[in-house]
Amino acid sequence: MAEYRLKTPLSDEDILNLKVGDSVLLTGRIYMARDAAHKRMVELLEKKESLPVDLKSEIIFYAGPCPPKPGQIIGPVAPTTAFRMDPYAPAMYKYGVKGTIGKGPRRQMVKDACKEYNAISFAAIGGLSTILSRKVKSEEVVAYEDLGPEAIRKLEVEDFPVLVAYDAHGQDLYEQEIAKYENYNKQSKEGAVNYENV
Amino acid sequence: MRVVHVKELTETVAKLCWEACYYLPDDVLNGFKKAERTEASPIGRSILQQLVENAEEAKANHMPYCHDTGMAVVFVELGQDVHVTGGDLMDSIQEGVRTGYREGYLRKSVVGDPLLRINTNDNTPAVVHMDIVPGDSVKITVLPKGGGSENMSAMKFLLPGEGADGVKNFVLQTIKEAGGKACPPIVVGVGIGGSFDKVTSLAKHAVLREIGVHHPDPHIAELEKELLEEINHTGIGPQGLGGTNTAMWVPIETFACHITALPVAVNIQCHAARKKTAVI
Repeated sequence: MAEYRLKTPLSDEDILNLKVGDSVLLTGRIYMARDAAHKRMVELLEKKESLPVDLKSEIIFYAGPCPPKPGQIIGPVAPTTAFRMDPYAPAMYKYGVKGTIGKGPRRQMVKDACKEYNAISFAAIGGLSTILSRKVKSEEVVAYEDLGPEAIRKLEVEDFPVLVAYDAHGQDLYEQEIAKYENYNKQSKEGAVNYENV
Repeated sequence: MRVVHVKELTETVAKLCWEACYYLPDDVLNGFKKAERTEASPIGRSILQQLVENAEEAKANHMPYCHDTGMAVVFVELGQDVHVTGGDLMDSIQEGVRTGYREGYLRKSVVGDPLLRINTNDNTPAVVHMDIVPGDSVKITVLPKGGGSENMSAMKFLLPGEGADGVKNFVLQTIKEAGGKACPPIVVGVGIGGSFDKVTSLAKHAVLREIGVHHPDPHIAELEKELLEEINHTGIGPQGLGGTNTAMWVPIETFACHITALPVAVNIQCHAARKKTAVI
């Protein structure tokens, strides 16, 4: 579980080096997109049309911020549940996205896609919105402005903290860590009546 | 009889919206600190420390703790001796939400039609639970409910004979399926009994109970303790990244039910367990 400070976009070599559990501070350009924007983008990819923004080699942060107060660059922001983007993720990785940032566990299709396309699924802390908003140095809506908080935004971030949750080698941090703490220090208990087959 | 102008209701609801989003309640903050002291996972401890810092920073800077400032759920206990004047009571509450989300710089997370999905851009409509109660005051609570944890909530009709064990199995199964998607450490609001509609309302009301307060009935309090222990043995941990603190509390609310039925509902509340109450 190494610690890295990396510039974005990430190189193929950076990605190969990263392993689940590694902490990474990202600096540079990332893009923000979530449910509604993904639905539109994947529809375009299916029709073999180009995306409104070139996201090849880029990192997508699954999030939608609060509006900024006067003087702020961006309002509070943190990742949304990555699981909801799972059905879109393989198409986006295939297209050329190299990393995604979300919260919570993902499905096998995402693990497979990360391995196949040499990409990463990062985890950031859900709800860490005040702290994470300070890591954003600039923000610009670049597509789908009509979607409000779900518009695609280009961000410049500095030392944005993420963990490698799914690496390009097929490993899964959630599975690995939960197994360590399941029934941790638990004393044996009498089994309950099983009503599953009633 | 007491006269309350709708303007006062609107102003109160507006203030509650942003106060709830900026200032995490003390019981929740203490829940994080307690969890951090007991957490076995180093990743889990680090997450809990950061959540405490985030709450303190949000409070100091008067900013939302979490960017998902929710769909507003508003609980109104209207005294039967109150006469509301100056306009429509329900409209005044919606106007309060509209004003609170605009003036508080809170995220507008509501789409007007669930299938057409066009953002209403003012976070209305809110969900309003209205109860008529004795007295001449109006008690209002705003619960800004985040989508990630709400999505992982569930309801089921068990067979009556399944009893407490059946309830436990269903709650545990729901929590395991939710895993890190519900943004733990969570509060697990459970409703048992009532009808199809009542049981989910019970689970939602349960979420409002302060962490550390058990149900007054000893057998329900015991079930709360057992469930908390078993949920924390799942290994899910903070953010689902492993650990011994998945839930901070499991409040259960109950109601009478039909001889054929044992309905149970689980309303999951993420760590942004925000709620704020005012009495007019």
